[in-house]
Amino acid sequence: MFKLWCTIRKDAIILFRDKVGLLLMFVMPIILVLVITSIQNSTFELVNENKIPLLVCNKDTAHTSVEFIEALNQIGMFEITEVSNSLSTKSLKTLMHEKDALIAIVIPTTFSSSISKKTIDVSSKALQEFGLNEDTISKKTSLTQPLPIELIYNPVLQQSFLQSINGALTSAIQIIEGKKLVQQLYTTLNEKPMPENLQMEILQKNISIEEVPAAKDGSKTIPNATQHNVPAWTIFAMFFIVISLGGSIVKEKLSGSFVRLKTLPTSYLTALLSKQLTYLAVTLAQVFVIFSLGIWVFPYIGLPALNLPTDLFGLLIVSLLCGWAAISYAICIGTFAQTQEQANGFGAVSIVILAAVSGILVPSFAMPQSFAVVMKLSPLYWCLESYYGLFLERGSLRDILESTLPLLAFIIIIQGITLIGLKKKNLI
Amino acid sequence: MAEINPPAIKISNLSFHYNENSGVHFNDFNLTIFKGERFGLFGPNGAGKSTLMGLMTGLIKPKQGSVTLFNETIHSKSTRKLFGFVPQDFSLYDELSPAENLQFFGAWSGLTQKDISNRTTELLEILGLTDVKNKPVKTFSGGMKRRVNLAIGVIHQPRILFLDEPTVGVDIQTRHAIIEYLKQLNTEGMTLVYTSHQLAEAESLCNRVALMDHGKILACNEITHLLTSHKQENLESLFLHLTGKEFRN
Repeated sequence: MFKLWCTIRKDAIILFRDKVGLLLMFVMPIILVLVITSIQNSTFELVNENKIPLLVCNKDTAHTSVEFIEALNQIGMFEITEVSNSLSTKSLKTLMHEKDALIAIVIPTTFSSSISKKTIDVSSKALQEFGLNEDTISKKTSLTQPLPIELIYNPVLQQSFLQSINGALTSAIQIIEGKKLVQQLYTTLNEKPMPENLQMEILQKNISIEEVPAAKDGSKTIPNATQHNVPAWTIFAMFFIVISLGGSIVKEKLSGSFVRLKTLPTSYLTALLSKQLTYLAVTLAQVFVIFSLGIWVFPYIGLPALNLPTDLFGLLIVSLLCGWAAISYAICIGTFAQTQEQANGFGAVSIVILAAVSGILVPSFAMPQSFAVVMKLSPLYWCLESYYGLFLERGSLRDILESTLPLLAFIIIIQGITLIGLKKKNLI
Repeated sequence: MAEINPPAIKISNLSFHYNENSGVHFNDFNLTIFKGERFGLFGPNGAGKSTLMGLMTGLIKPKQGSVTLFNETIHSKSTRKLFGFVPQDFSLYDELSPAENLQFFGAWSGLTQKDISNRTTELLEILGLTDVKNKPVKTFSGGMKRRVNLAIGVIHQPRILFLDEPTVGVDIQTRHAIIEYLKQLNTEGMTLVYTSHQLAEAESLCNRVALMDHGKILACNEITHLLTSHKQENLESLFLHLTGKEFRN
């Protein structure tokens, strides 16, 4: 124990005197988590809280187009600015740049008449299907397609964002078409206009949607950018100690001190155990610092605060496993690398790749199906799944066993490979 | 003088070579170094001195034969407590101070905290490092680093001390201090095995030397006996007489 204690002391002194290494291990992930969470949070607010500037060029003079604009307003997603109906598409694009509008729509001159024509056609067809008297039907006719609304968008818009705008516009059109169709059917059947109160009754009593996160503890805390990013970038930070730890092992192997260590009556496994314990303390310190930042500092800079999981013991175990997996990986790299450049280069690039395929850089649900197997080979994926199980699904340690057990298996396998490597290199 | 003492190191029928193209081939190599000797190992570059050091300290495993220290095989863990090693490269942690280096290597050598504290104070005093005991070694001159390197090698008071060019690159004062300290350790009973290219230094330190080349011992005896038998004036002329004047890589 005394040998181990002295080795831990030696490793800790060397670590704390390496200012650049400490900067990489603590400051870099703090900056990363701050920047990424802020960006994602502002995107989230842009989509969910801020209204999207929309220019409307209404070339139609009839009332239905005005109702359509009102319907768009009621959706609550857009900040509508009506522009002159004499503008050409080219002038409208210029105006979009001037007004920082991401999207513009051009309502064609035939919009109202097309809607009107379509509703008459559909109602006639419907009444024919019901077998009602020919007299009540104006005339038999086939359905015709109304002219399209032109949607002009800024090319920087992401496809998913554009799709949600498209969905909102389609929804507004459907509201108008539905309203007109009901009015038309009522007028045809009753030979008088539809009363206002009935119209309200039919059209406006929509079924509402309540959003319920599938939390295992039954809480209704809505996941946000902080809940997603703080655990994810903490894992990234933990695995990035490969630069410091992997490099330190190679440096020790190449230095003269290693030659002397091999002649002393102590196994090199003591040195490796010391490094594991020292760096495990470092990874736990990273968790503490970054999580504290999320809990106490984020609210002061306008970001959502981090909500810790209900199972704090589970959080400690998962953090220990994630840290141990990161350390095992770094030691394995340090054992097999011949130079510090190899350890640092391969270590850093491999962590970025493993982070990319694990869902830290890109959400795992957005990845192609072919990545499903590759993803599961990354230890960062199991770390992320374990943390998400606690932070987002609000589960307990028992609920996330299917994520933590593969992580434990990874640690055992990688430690085994390291031992074989050390044995082959005659280091133990 | 020394031969009446029991063997400290015994190399028997040792065979080793790195690869077929290597110039260093040890075939059926035998050497005995006795307890209390100050034994010098000399030869040109590529003679096999460092390889032999590696074999004697257990860093290299022989293909055949055995190396024993005080009748214990070198590859047992207990044997490692018997010797200290001062490699040619600085075998220490640059980021640590001399006291921190001695604390760590002392623990790895099997000493207790009390022994480490006592030996650290003693060694830093003897080697003139007390004033800088808490400064990182990376701020030291080459000579100071050599002294720390030596202190680490002897912290556990080994019975045998292997020294691979312990004075390379140091000033006259440091060299003198190191040689005098080594003589003192030998007086206290420590067996010294020393390699160097400093033949004048070797003449003042060693009482028996082996001149070797290509993994073979060309001559091995007390210095005065060797000089007389080969009719040479000093160790340097004997060295050139036995190993030739051609350049070595």
